[in-house]
Amino acid sequence: MTPITRRMLLAGATAGLTLAAVRRRPRAQARLKAGWVYVGPVGDHGWTFRHDVGRREVEAALGDRIETTYVENVQEGPDAERVIRQLAAGGHGIVFATSFGFMNAVLRVAPQFPQVKFEHATGYKTATNVAVYNARFHEGRTVIGTIAGHVTRSGLIGYVGSFPIPEVVMGINAFTLALRRVRPDARVRVVWVNSWYDPGKEADAAKALIDQGADVLAQHTDSPAAVQVAQERGVFAFGQASDMSRFAPRAHLTAIIDNWGPYYVERCRAVLEGRWQTHSIWWGLREGMVQIGPYNPILPQAVVDEAERVRQGLIEGRIHPFAGPIRDQKGELRLPEGRTLSDEDILKMDWYVEGVQA
Amino acid sequence: MALGIEPRTEASAFWRFASPVLAVLATMLAGALLFAFLGRDPVVALRAFFVSPLSSVYGLGELGLKATPLVLIAVGLAFGFRAGVWNIGAEGQLTLGAICGGGVALALSGTHAPLALPLVISAGILGGMLWAAIPAFLRARLEVNEILVSLMLSYVALLLLQALVYGPWKDPEGFNFPQSRMFDPAVILEPLWPGTRLHGGAVFALLLVAAAWILDAVGMAAFRLRTLGLAPRAAAYAGFDRRRIVWGTMLASGGLAGLAGVLEVVGPIGQLVPQISPGYGFTAIIVAFLGRLHPLGILLAALLVALSYIGSENAQIEAGLPQAAAGVFQGMLLLFLLAADFFVRYRVRRIDTPRRAREIRPWTP
Repeated sequence: MTPITRRMLLAGATAGLTLAAVRRRPRAQARLKAGWVYVGPVGDHGWTFRHDVGRREVEAALGDRIETTYVENVQEGPDAERVIRQLAAGGHGIVFATSFGFMNAVLRVAPQFPQVKFEHATGYKTATNVAVYNARFHEGRTVIGTIAGHVTRSGLIGYVGSFPIPEVVMGINAFTLALRRVRPDARVRVVWVNSWYDPGKEADAAKALIDQGADVLAQHTDSPAAVQVAQERGVFAFGQASDMSRFAPRAHLTAIIDNWGPYYVERCRAVLEGRWQTHSIWWGLREGMVQIGPYNPILPQAVVDEAERVRQGLIEGRIHPFAGPIRDQKGELRLPEGRTLSDEDILKMDWYVEGVQA
Repeated sequence: MALGIEPRTEASAFWRFASPVLAVLATMLAGALLFAFLGRDPVVALRAFFVSPLSSVYGLGELGLKATPLVLIAVGLAFGFRAGVWNIGAEGQLTLGAICGGGVALALSGTHAPLALPLVISAGILGGMLWAAIPAFLRARLEVNEILVSLMLSYVALLLLQALVYGPWKDPEGFNFPQSRMFDPAVILEPLWPGTRLHGGAVFALLLVAAAWILDAVGMAAFRLRTLGLAPRAAAYAGFDRRRIVWGTMLASGGLAGLAGVLEVVGPIGQLVPQISPGYGFTAIIVAFLGRLHPLGILLAALLVALSYIGSENAQIEAGLPQAAAGVFQGMLLLFLLAADFFVRYRVRRIDTPRRAREIRPWTP
């Protein structure tokens, strides 16, 4: 028998440490806690609601292997950093921050928790444990713009906007380009309400637009106020983020639906199986992250067929939302015929196409 | 035996301290019932609200971080409130502080200017004072109601901030998102302890409380303020200059709100964004009155309100409470705090049934 020496103890300890280090490498987990940070209340429609539907789909798909937490109404700014940090410190393996304004908070917390995976919606900064995901909402706007072109009589479309950030600007432009492909003289008038969710202001904006002659409304805000006003005033409208037809059965033509569930299930599964990696994805109709809701039965079959043709074309890549020729508000040619805008140019968009009155 | 209510001749010293304790206990009891009805464990929920935010150095730092702007603004507002000068627009003065301080911070970026941080902070204080000077001038010179002017200027300040971050101050590398560049490290306020976000502003807030307390106890200024608030005519006879008091209180409260704003942007935020404060300027009005306009009371009230905000996030994370339930709980806390004030001014007494009525017999011939 060899006597145990200090050297052997040291060697043993070293081996133990090495082993511990090896075992810390990513590996399959039995269970995962996943946390969501919401910018608004969950409610029953709109942006945060759709993220929460995604969270519930994760619970349904992964069952016992997942436990989910969410925090509602988190202010963008210092409060967000505290909430994200608390989720990370509280044993969550993955944290989804579902608003652009959480970006720098995520980037500050992430280095302190290298073993936790962070996912930030609609941002542009990644890190080894921070992934970015976003949806091509503007593809949906190409479809509804096509419908609007067929439906409008006055040729004036009212557009209730939130903030002039690139996502909203590219949505207005994609909508207008599709609209004017059907009806070249149509115009889009935008009213900014400076909020993502303010039913009072959204309704006022909708009324003002209808008073100015708009007979179809589109919106980039979260409440169903505009579709309700459209119903009252006998004009048409499109739902935002979720199907809003029950608020306005006659006026609601269809809706652009955000569908986060499949992505959330896949990312949680990736953590469970130890194969999560950072990335920056921008998915659209093809991947199903953006969907078109059911068409209102009052739409003529020819219009539905045309909308479906555009939707299929976008999915198969035959149609591009930003295909030349594109002129800006001043009438200057921004993109010649035969070319399409690159993703980078779309993401930085700060100009309006011809026909937009913003 | 019946119970009756009668006003006290003098405010009760005992209840002055006991009423907040009673209110917190009543909130816990009512909250426990609410959480139990929602099917949540009341003990877990209450612990998430009141205990776990205080159980780590980081948690205490967060409490201080959240309470600092509330203390700074509320102490400033209390000067004016005691004199009947109603500055309701601290939110706007805070925003102007952030704009001016942030503007200097952006201008100084990359210059390695000495004393950059003190310059930035002074600009913030001046910005807040400038915004408060507008209602002060209109009140002192033209008798325009300062409540309306200061409140409305809050919205103007917010729109000004948005015009800047959507326009000239937008980060050129920021994909057109409405926010400025991140500030240089030279103008960022470092945390007092590594691992927390608590910065030097908290120390200043404590010094401010102490200074205001001393001023309150020994100064003639505090007496002038109170006299003007309680009996404006008496103050006029005593020769106290009302205009000077309007100017003084408005500038002091505006400057402190501006300081709170610039501390937010050089502290935890680190850049200019479309909205700086989650309503600190308005919450501070509640804090000032909860603290009975007394500096020490304001400090305690600010800590309690900050705790209720952080606790409500915690209750969502740890106990799975919906945000609406956490909001109801916060509301109950404020309601009970104000309701318990009743015992300071009134007492409940047993009233004996009057005996005389029985002794009077109906007259019979």
